[in-house]
Amino acid sequence: MENPILEVKNLCIRYNGAPTDAVRDVSFTLGRERLGIVGESGSGKSTVGRALLRLLPSAQVTAEKLRFEDLDLLSLSEAQMLKVRGRRMSMILQDPKFSLNPIQRVGHQVAETLLRHFPVSKSDARVKTLEMLAAVKIRDPERVHDLYPHEISGGMGQRVMIAMMLLADPDLVIADEPTSALDVTVRLQVLNILDGLVRDRGIGLIMISHDLNLVRNFCDRVLIMYAGRVVETLNARDMDHAQHPYTRGLLAAQPRIGGSRAPLAVLDRRPEWKEEART
Amino acid sequence: MTALPASRLPAPLLAARNILTFLLRSPTSAFGLLVLSILILTAAFAPWIATHDPYAQDLNNVLQAPGNGHLFGTDELGRDIFSRLVWGARITLTIIFLVSIVVGPIGLIVGTTSGYLGGRFDTVMMRITDIFLSFPSLILSLAFVAALGPSLNNAIIAIGLTAWPPIARLARAETMTFRKADYIAAARLQGASPLRIIVKSIMPMCLPSVLIRLTLNMATVILTAAGLGFLGLGAQPPLPEWGAMIATGRRYMIDSWWLVTFPGLSILCVSLAFNLLGDGLRDALDPKQMNRR
Repeated sequence: MENPILEVKNLCIRYNGAPTDAVRDVSFTLGRERLGIVGESGSGKSTVGRALLRLLPSAQVTAEKLRFEDLDLLSLSEAQMLKVRGRRMSMILQDPKFSLNPIQRVGHQVAETLLRHFPVSKSDARVKTLEMLAAVKIRDPERVHDLYPHEISGGMGQRVMIAMMLLADPDLVIADEPTSALDVTVRLQVLNILDGLVRDRGIGLIMISHDLNLVRNFCDRVLIMYAGRVVETLNARDMDHAQHPYTRGLLAAQPRIGGSRAPLAVLDRRPEWKEEART
Repeated sequence: MTALPASRLPAPLLAARNILTFLLRSPTSAFGLLVLSILILTAAFAPWIATHDPYAQDLNNVLQAPGNGHLFGTDELGRDIFSRLVWGARITLTIIFLVSIVVGPIGLIVGTTSGYLGGRFDTVMMRITDIFLSFPSLILSLAFVAALGPSLNNAIIAIGLTAWPPIARLARAETMTFRKADYIAAARLQGASPLRIIVKSIMPMCLPSVLIRLTLNMATVILTAAGLGFLGLGAQPPLPEWGAMIATGRRYMIDSWWLVTFPGLSILCVSLAFNLLGDGLRDALDPKQMNRR
């Protein structure tokens, strides 16, 4: 792949005081595409996301290579990191109920990104914010701009969150289960908005999720994580030809409309998958 | 919040009005509010309310019982006690105001920064507050006044120096509960620096509890100021400070009860009012009780 946005090689993360690494030998590259990371709870998906943004003060992050465009993420100082976060790389958090500041108006929170990174006046920031709110398909952005987070719905909150994180036109967006807290109808809406923006602006997207169907429909490539390791990397359309027994197990454990009524297969977890050499 | 759609007031005014109506609804905090507004009005219009010059001595007329043109009687130098109380309201308010504007910001800044940054900075700052907290505040202010020399201004400085640690502790505890919140992580994801996060996200969250604590603290401040005045280390005669008035009246207390009773009652009323108001504010500003409005 020429010109990858992100290159990760043998990333290991160990939380302070933990006996083993939470994430081991994770390697992948990302171009202008949509990469999905799937796995069970506790398989280290979110930890990888947070480590990329250096948001894990209580963990040791080591890697052979952790390159984001022209930057080596491991050697950047905290001050340099501040210029990267939000401006060039950002992250959409899971639950809008908790990820929006309850005592700040929605619009002001979104505008923060601009005010932090660009020398814009408050009125210019307001105009840009309203444009962005309209871009995430919020009707009547003037009104929503002045509302508090508890006055808007969850789906709207998540769209605000997307607006907040895409406002500065980053090159890489990490979406950490952006739709798990939303109900199914709103989920599709939010995904479509995210998809449109990512496509139009040529942003690299890492989609962290535990929803296999969502990821296989939405992403170009998929990493399957198990117990802190990547067990398999697949093109999303080749999902049915998965080689690794764990991936197959995940796929088999999904109910299908019109499928057989027999009990679903129970997911098999073998300890040797934690240890086996990377393929 | 029950924002009335009809009203076209700007948001901060609207919030203030909401809080005010909430306070007036409960009798205790309404009483606190009433006493404090009387105190403020008295201080503002002292020259018109006072019947006599608070410093004018009349040695033919010493230790007069209440009545006879002297509402609360006269003291050992024939000065009108009512007028002195009225002028003393100004001193009391000055003390409260100055102490609060010194103590609030110091406590808030120390508490939020050490709570948010954590680590060694937190340890150092908290050990310093521990040192301050390990003395009773009156003793510590006594020590400061003794070092600085007795005067009203020094008493204010001394009280200010001793009153910030509890507020810093409170702000720190509040900060600790917020710093791991997702919206703080979101602010960091936007690229906000620690300073920006503390000022823009954490301080507003801590403000209600700090304000409440400050209001409750005002009662203590009044008592400490009166205590220092009583010990002769606060306001110096002939300033009509309430504590100092009690101190000088103490010698005549057995025969002339009015010398200590009225200043004492004033101190009681005002500190009680601040306590009740602080209680009411806690209910009014507590986000968990928002829906009760």
